[in-house]
Amino acid sequence: MNAKVKYRVGKSKFVQGLIFFFAFLITIPLILIIIYIFREGITKINWAFLTQIPKPVGEAGGGIVNALIGSILIVLTASVIAIPVGILCGIYLSENKTGRLAYWARLSVDVLQGVPSIVIGIVVYFWVVKPIGTFSALSGSVALAIMMLPILIRSTEETLKMIPFSLKEAGLALGLPYHKVILKVIVPCGISGILSGIMLSIARIAGETAPLLFTAFGNPYLNTNLARPMQSLPLMIFNYATSPYDEWHDMAWGAALILLFTVLLLNIITKLTTRRWNVQL
Amino acid sequence: MNDQKLKTKARSSSGMIRAESIFKRSLIGVGVAMILLVVGLMITLIIESVPSMKNLGFKYLWSKTWDPVNNVYGALPFLIGTLLTSFLALIISIPFSFAIAVYLGEYNPKGWLSNFLKNTVELIAAVPSVIYGFWGLLVLVPLVRSLEMKVGVLPYGIGIFTASLILAIMIIPYAASLGREMIRLVPSPLKEGAYSLGATRYEVIKNVVLPYTKSGLFAGILLSLGRALGETMAVTMVIGNTSMIPDSIFGPGNTMASVIANEFTEADHTLYLSALIELGLVLFVVTVIINMIGKRIIKRFTNE
Repeated sequence: MNAKVKYRVGKSKFVQGLIFFFAFLITIPLILIIIYIFREGITKINWAFLTQIPKPVGEAGGGIVNALIGSILIVLTASVIAIPVGILCGIYLSENKTGRLAYWARLSVDVLQGVPSIVIGIVVYFWVVKPIGTFSALSGSVALAIMMLPILIRSTEETLKMIPFSLKEAGLALGLPYHKVILKVIVPCGISGILSGIMLSIARIAGETAPLLFTAFGNPYLNTNLARPMQSLPLMIFNYATSPYDEWHDMAWGAALILLFTVLLLNIITKLTTRRWNVQL
Repeated sequence: MNDQKLKTKARSSSGMIRAESIFKRSLIGVGVAMILLVVGLMITLIIESVPSMKNLGFKYLWSKTWDPVNNVYGALPFLIGTLLTSFLALIISIPFSFAIAVYLGEYNPKGWLSNFLKNTVELIAAVPSVIYGFWGLLVLVPLVRSLEMKVGVLPYGIGIFTASLILAIMIIPYAASLGREMIRLVPSPLKEGAYSLGATRYEVIKNVVLPYTKSGLFAGILLSLGRALGETMAVTMVIGNTSMIPDSIFGPGNTMASVIANEFTEADHTLYLSALIELGLVLFVVTVIINMIGKRIIKRFTNE
């Protein structure tokens, strides 16, 4: 082997090493974050932490039950609003590949996907909070529902596009009306893709904070009334983490652990049910 | 009897037809609703920022002082803060996202090791931004502070640089996953041709894969820039929140998104609120344009 070839092979090996190094370096921050949050958070979690509302600063104890229940309620309400609309819109887009309305609707979904979450928070403030006159959990749910829509629509559309056309033809040939073909044949065939879209979108909004700042607003007490301000886990972590009190930091670590593991678990379950790699853009 | 049967049958099929038309109409209705939603978003932002546009005009965007107490508003510090953090984050993230894309697309597309990396990257995208912010605030900030003491700049800890670091971690998955898709689209005859001519792996990547995928990789970078511009919570928690033009990348600053997050609920008069909303409008327009360009490029690339 002459020197020139050796140099080229060496260079190739060097670049390969560099690429491997940089590629795997990215695992370090994730592992560090998970370990750190686990270590700080696990000692704070106990029965009282999960079942009590926060105590005022200076008093020991207290829990995050208001944030837990608030998060669940807000995310559930958002899902109830977004899932039917998202699936219907996905069906519409997969059924209408051409056409002016479909073009503009598809473009709108693309635009919506790129809108920063804080901007959605501002707009929902003017759409829901201002007319009602108070911050409310419902407005937070509306904001989160708007964020869920693009993910739901995209995954439904992509899934239904892959269903063979012959299935639809067979249904129509048997004399089934259009809506039954879609709802009883096409959608059940793609149900796993649609479900994974639902789970991904829930995982995505469960940790959203920015759109809740001016909508759900937060609440130090337990509240289950959707028309009133409500606490949620991400909001609570934000407020407590930026506070100067150590005991509040401790509570935020506990809450962060619960939130992080819920979100990661949702993602992993989705991954196990569908084996395709797709970071939602 | 038979007549009765026919009648019920006719009734049920007319019911079917009605249900069908209702279904079709609701599909179209939902499509229209999506368009109205986005148009509504934009119109609301524009209407609510009218007071600020009227009173402050275009010079709002490049005047330097933000002083709500004296009713003086200038968006320049936030524009600069946003651009600085986003581009710094982009520069930090590019080597990583590129390496991941090349590794998963070219070196090792299958196997447990690449699966592990894929899943890690995906989980990085899944971690909520408030958790990045919290971790950054209590772990990264002290680290950066000790680094700054060694370098000899004012040891704030918080600031543009810390925010960029966190942002970089958060946006790597977007460019990486897209880059991988693009690299996998390179036709293997092209690569095989180069290999058969005696090219090394590095030369194939540099002379075949990169030229073929450069527009796609660029689109990935654009989309992650769009993410970085709009990212709010993690940045708000570590950037320091001072409404002045940052004097160095280690100094504290503010971005458009973080100033909205911090001051929106405190804005007590119309002009203040409307100035903040105009920032939101600028953010909306810029991110939408960047996303549209990125998606256009990807579409053209994958159709070719």
